[in-house]
Amino acid sequence: MFAWLNKNFLSLRAFYINTTWLIPWIMTGFSLCFIYGMFTGLFIAPADYQQGDGFRIIYVHVPSAFAAMFIYLMMAICAMITLIWRVKITAICMSCSGPIGAWFTLLALITGSIWGKPMWGTWWIWDARLTSVLILLFIYLGFIALQSAIENSRTRDLATSIMTIVGIINLPIIHYSVIWWNTLHQGPTISKLSAPSIASSMLYPLLAMISAFILFYFLIVVIRMRNQILMREIKS
Amino acid sequence: MQLNYINVFFQLTTYEIKIILRSTVAWITPHIFYVIIVCLFPIAIGHDQELLVSMAPGVIWVAALLATIISMGHLFQNDYHEGYLDLLLVSTYPLSLLALTKITSHWICHGLPLILISPLLGLMLNLSVEELYALIFTLLLGTPVLSLIGAIGAALTVAVKGNGLLLPMLIMPFYIPVLIFGTGIMIMTHQNMPVIAYYAMMGALVLLSLGFAPILTGQALKIGASR
Repeated sequence: MFAWLNKNFLSLRAFYINTTWLIPWIMTGFSLCFIYGMFTGLFIAPADYQQGDGFRIIYVHVPSAFAAMFIYLMMAICAMITLIWRVKITAICMSCSGPIGAWFTLLALITGSIWGKPMWGTWWIWDARLTSVLILLFIYLGFIALQSAIENSRTRDLATSIMTIVGIINLPIIHYSVIWWNTLHQGPTISKLSAPSIASSMLYPLLAMISAFILFYFLIVVIRMRNQILMREIKS
Repeated sequence: MQLNYINVFFQLTTYEIKIILRSTVAWITPHIFYVIIVCLFPIAIGHDQELLVSMAPGVIWVAALLATIISMGHLFQNDYHEGYLDLLLVSTYPLSLLALTKITSHWICHGLPLILISPLLGLMLNLSVEELYALIFTLLLGTPVLSLIGAIGAALTVAVKGNGLLLPMLIMPFYIPVLIFGTGIMIMTHQNMPVIAYYAMMGALVLLSLGFAPILTGQALKIGASR
């Protein structure tokens, strides 16, 4: 079972071959979602009754925040697999995801700040949701620093795995921060699957944009992983 | 001959404490650093009594955090370079137990003195008696967490050359919850509000890190110290 998995999916060689045809598909999916989401979000979706057209930044802010947390979750899963089964490909995936996650976190903070200025009247406030996302950014930066400090690649993979697993504690804090503490940041809008508190004409572009961001992450991470594989093969 | 774990724990801990206390300068430097940092704030900000009292919890807590990180850098470093760590790694005792002895000795040598100095610094910042008690209790609950979490980072970076700035960057984000609840208790005490829920959260943090940190530190040592 494991040998079969290893031969067809997990080995660096198999991954490289498999992703050669996968990349155009991811690219197509990303383009479709992105164009649909951008167009309907900016032109078709009705203006908010309170915030007017200003609310449209949600189509960048929420997807980037979602991607920031999603990428960390991916990294934590990869870290688990790396620690338990010592699989190489997940370690590469984790190390390539770190910088992308950091950029998405930064994007979420910046767009949130731009959104906050007209709506809350301030660029930044030490609210629980904002602070916990800022901590996520620091954790990403620590991850990148640790990664670049250790030279031996095996030690590096395992050490960053442990760090990533310790950092997973921050994800539930971010998610529930708007529920546990009474904050300025609004409560969850779309994660309540039974009854989302957003009109469907606004919801569908948002879902499209979220999928576009996630597909974009997959696209970038696969390209980076392929480069990483080539780099490692050169050295060995 | 296998000694039982409790004996091993006490023997190793006293041994570690002796080693730390013997290099007096290295032991005392973080504490002096702590005092200096706290004293810098009144000098820089001016002697506005009200402002000082409202800032005191944050100042003392941040200084304690920095002092802990400074002392944390040496936690495994000497043992690693002298090869003592390799002996610990091949011993038959569980790594988490050995990690716990290092953490305990670190807390006794570096955490306890911080707590003993802090009332003095609190007085210098004009804290009232209730706030001084709150300061002592929060530090008593908080510093073990700082030592426990910091040990994971120290173990991961043990083999990294020149890890002076890497370690703070790595573990600072994980110190933030302790900081929030520690200063939260002080602020609530200042406003005469009930603090029991905050103390409960601090206790939960202690138990959580006491449960996980020794195991993770042991694993991190195994990875970080592999040559």
